[in-house]
Amino acid sequence: MSEMKIVSGNYASAYGAKLSRAEVVAAYPITPQTEVVEKIASLVAEGEMDAEFIKVESEHSAMAASIAASNTGARAYTATSAHGLALMHELLMWASGARLPIVMTNINRAMGPPWSVWADHHDTLAQKGTGQLQFFCENNQEVLDSVIMAYKICEDEEIMLPGMIVEDAFILSHTKEPVEIYDQELVDDFLPPYDPDYKLDVDQPLGFGSLGMPDWYMDFRYKIFEAMEKVPDKVEEVNKEFEEVFGRDPGGLIEEYKTDGVDVLIVTMGSISSTSKDVIDELREEGHNIGLARLRTFRPFPVEKFRELIKGVNVVGVLDRNYTFGHGGDAAREIKDAIYGYHDPIVKDYIVGLGGRDLTPKILKNIMEDAISLQDKGLDEEIEWVDLKINQERWRR
Amino acid sequence: MSEEEEVFRIVVDPKDHRDLPRTVITDCPSDLMNKTGSWRTLRPIVDKDKCINCGICWKFCPDVSIHVKEDGAEVDYDFCKGCGICAKECPVDAIEMKKEEDYV
Ligand code: SF4
Ligand code: SF4
Repeated sequence: MSEMKIVSGNYASAYGAKLSRAEVVAAYPITPQTEVVEKIASLVAEGEMDAEFIKVESEHSAMAASIAASNTGARAYTATSAHGLALMHELLMWASGARLPIVMTNINRAMGPPWSVWADHHDTLAQKGTGQLQFFCENNQEVLDSVIMAYKICEDEEIMLPGMIVEDAFILSHTKEPVEIYDQELVDDFLPPYDPDYKLDVDQPLGFGSLGMPDWYMDFRYKIFEAMEKVPDKVEEVNKEFEEVFGRDPGGLIEEYKTDGVDVLIVTMGSISSTSKDVIDELREEGHNIGLARLRTFRPFPVEKFRELIKGVNVVGVLDRNYTFGHGGDAAREIKDAIYGYHDPIVKDYIVGLGGRDLTPKILKNIMEDAISLQDKGLDEEIEWVDLKINQERWRR
Repeated sequence: MSEEEEVFRIVVDPKDHRDLPRTVITDCPSDLMNKTGSWRTLRPIVDKDKCINCGICWKFCPDVSIHVKEDGAEVDYDFCKGCGICAKECPVDAIEMKKEEDYV
């Protein structure tokens, strides 16, 4: 029987790994991910979860152990955060190059210095080029759901790539919400055991990860390109199947909230989406034709979906909870890239909530009203930092 | 090249990416297929009369390309890269590095 429990995002992740029957878990604790590791360790110790729990000395080793485990044909899971994820960087690429469907949870936390443990998407987005699929979650239920779905997507024989479930530090990781912990049998029917065609096996020795000379390397890379191109359809397909089995729609590539025929489209990622939806309702009641797209799948970027969605839209206001040391935030940049040559709306990038800075309904409403005003006055600033000390009065009024 | 032919192969003579497994997987000692001996500019020549079969060259060779037989050390020129470590380490100076171009 499925049961309702009041759990944190961290516990939701751990239960997701348990329900997915992860067989090997190698992880190193880091704030705010620590509870994921603790919970899995205790589930294993109490015999509730049948997995090999490997204590490692760093996140680099955690991913290395996961890679080895996955190579033997075991379903591998790990979790980390911020600097831990950065330390994994090399191995994240190994996992994708070796086509190993390892699933991990990354608790979004700002990168230091200044030292911070609070929510910020920079850590995850800095890894967007590593071949990991990236799923940003809005609430704890979605965290659990996404772990299960990620295995199904990543392990698909046409995909075979690693994936990251992303949840915001503290806002999800340490906040308790009602989460349905599904019946194991239901999950087992949805997610069959992992059984790759090639694996490390003493009875049939194979070598993995050897040299690719210049006349073949590029062709192997092309195979990853082909797999990545198939992910968007697979995400939607698995999402649909998930909804049929579990009665819940986690949102697929992009969750559309009142987007039909809107003039102004707000794009959010992660936990701020819930508050934003309330503000959208308020503005719609006031007569504004505004809707929200919650960007759930960041990698691969849902290019086609955005082209459909942005058709006829005047202004796209993108809330980027990241500044990736380039030209503004990542989501706005990727959206512009996706619609280039198709549509030409005003796209404004709002840099928000870095290092856990709070995003109140008031600030969100001011942002959205600013986006609405661009319809008449045109684009003022391409990238605007919201709620800095120098402009706080404006955004908090 | 018997060792190469004897093993089971996942892919024989791939033409393009469609013939490849999803990642680089080798089901044979793939190093045997890459004849690194062609990289050599210097060639170790063993004087078997001087060789005392101590095995030091074998131990030091980074390419496992020198083997000590009953009548002295023997270089596998298919794979020896000509680094000269064996000649340097041989305690009785039984190995001399000669110009490869004199042999091809
Ligand atoms: S020259 Fe170098 S590679 Fe060749 S046999 Fe001697 S040690 Fe080995
Ligand atoms: S190191 Fe010199 S003496 Fe010793 S086995 Fe090799 S060639 Fe012979």
